[in-house]
Amino acid sequence: MDETGAQPRTDSDLVTVNALNVYHGQLCAIADVSLRVGEGEVLAIIGANGAGKSTLLRTIAGLHQSRSGSIYFRGENISRLAAHRRARRGISLVPEGRRLFRSLTLEENLKVGAHRAAPGPFSVARIYELFPWMAERRHHKVLQFSGGEQQAVAIGRALVANPRVLLLDEVSLGLAPIVVEKIYEVIPEIVAHGVGVMLVEQDVAQGLRVATRVHCLLEGRTSLEGAPAQFSAHEIERAYFGSDLRQATSETEPS
Amino acid sequence: MTWVNVVTQGVLIGGFYALFACGLSLMFGVMKVINLAHGDMAVVAAYAAVFLAPKLHVSQLWSFLVIVPLFALVGYLVQRTLFQRAIDRDPFTTLLVTFGLSVVIENLLLEIYSANGQSVSIGALIAKSWQVNSVIYVSYVSLVVLAVAVAVLAVLQLFLSKTGSGRLIRAVSDDHEAAQLCGANYKHVFGIAAAIAFATVALAGIAYGMTTEFMPTSGGINLLYAFEAVVIGGLGSLWGTLAGGVGIGVAQEIGAHINPAYQILAGNLLFLAVLAVRPRGLFGKRTSLNE
Repeated sequence: MDETGAQPRTDSDLVTVNALNVYHGQLCAIADVSLRVGEGEVLAIIGANGAGKSTLLRTIAGLHQSRSGSIYFRGENISRLAAHRRARRGISLVPEGRRLFRSLTLEENLKVGAHRAAPGPFSVARIYELFPWMAERRHHKVLQFSGGEQQAVAIGRALVANPRVLLLDEVSLGLAPIVVEKIYEVIPEIVAHGVGVMLVEQDVAQGLRVATRVHCLLEGRTSLEGAPAQFSAHEIERAYFGSDLRQATSETEPS
Repeated sequence: MTWVNVVTQGVLIGGFYALFACGLSLMFGVMKVINLAHGDMAVVAAYAAVFLAPKLHVSQLWSFLVIVPLFALVGYLVQRTLFQRAIDRDPFTTLLVTFGLSVVIENLLLEIYSANGQSVSIGALIAKSWQVNSVIYVSYVSLVVLAVAVAVLAVLQLFLSKTGSGRLIRAVSDDHEAAQLCGANYKHVFGIAAAIAFATVALAGIAYGMTTEFMPTSGGINLLYAFEAVVIGGLGSLWGTLAGGVGIGVAQEIGAHINPAYQILAGNLLFLAVLAVRPRGLFGKRTSLNE
């Protein structure tokens, strides 16, 4: 278990979360979570259903308000900033379920993403290079696209803002493994530009493959934190489910 | 030839209904707010043309030059304060708030200006008309109102589909949370949409006052026609709203031609028929502003 409370900020830190508490009404969704993401880092948030992963990302993006604790972005306390102001400062969330503008064309979706863009490497043209199929279908309504294509548009829409931190919420949900692989192919390119990435994954193996660090949540609390290589599969399993699964099954199964 | 005249008059009045309805359509499309005070706001604009414009040394005919921008400003402010607070609660609250506003406006107007009929004076222009043949007369005012309605709808459609701000309004209308994630302040975008809606309703109200005598309670019946025009055309479709307005106008004129008592009935019957056959309206797809 990681020590909670203030963590020392280093100069390369983009996002620093200190002792964050988030509630949905009476229900505590995030309890005392602290973490940081630096430039070029990929932090995988893993955990079971309802562990608070999406809530954590949405709180950092400004769609939920925290009850206590603080969120710093490049040294500035953004805990009380509205979501659109955080987006303009350089935090882009690819929300769960993609949430594209369904009456808009592909290109219009990207242009809305870029309407407050910071200067940087990603432009609408660059997105068409990353996903070559997009260029010739730019004037199609996004509603006609497959799940994987829509997910690519959602990531493109976030990237054209040239974020400093990219938050990816369940990008692989409901997609075929081959499609997921295609989408994850762009992450090294994003990280190469110094963007910090936080991704929420239910597919733990997928998350760990690209992550430089992993943060496991269990019922809203941090249950494990560090580099993926420093943990055994067994340790991660324990942090993920909250109990020793093999022990639990051997107890319940009559032998 | 009498039937041609009936349809012509119906199209002319339909243009007014469309102008009246497009603000309602826009507010519903973008903010999902059904503004029950929409008709009363038009009446306020007509009263402003009669009583406020002379104080500003503007003739009643040209009063829209002052009142339309004023209404746009008021629309932005009302949206950012009163309506936004209602939206933040739940959809039912917005209905209650706009209904309350409607009651307040009607009673204030009654209190201040009494129930006497008023009209926006445009001098001799009101009587001028263009005689097509022995049967068909086209009143200049009605023709101008139709032209203004078509122009407003065309400009609005172009603005929404071609400009960056229009694109942002459509994006916010689709998913305002996702638009926030793209850096858009959706409350500001709502305010702009309300400003446009209020500006169009001011124009419609002044046009109404030029062609008809109005009273503090005139808003309600016009709101009904506007609703019907929007629903017939399909929610959120601007050209559909024009088609709906013209449809109601023509149906009313045909009804009136058969028997003057059937005028309003015929419009409502058309509305019911469309609702039964095409519940989403003639051009309605989803609640999107596109096309």
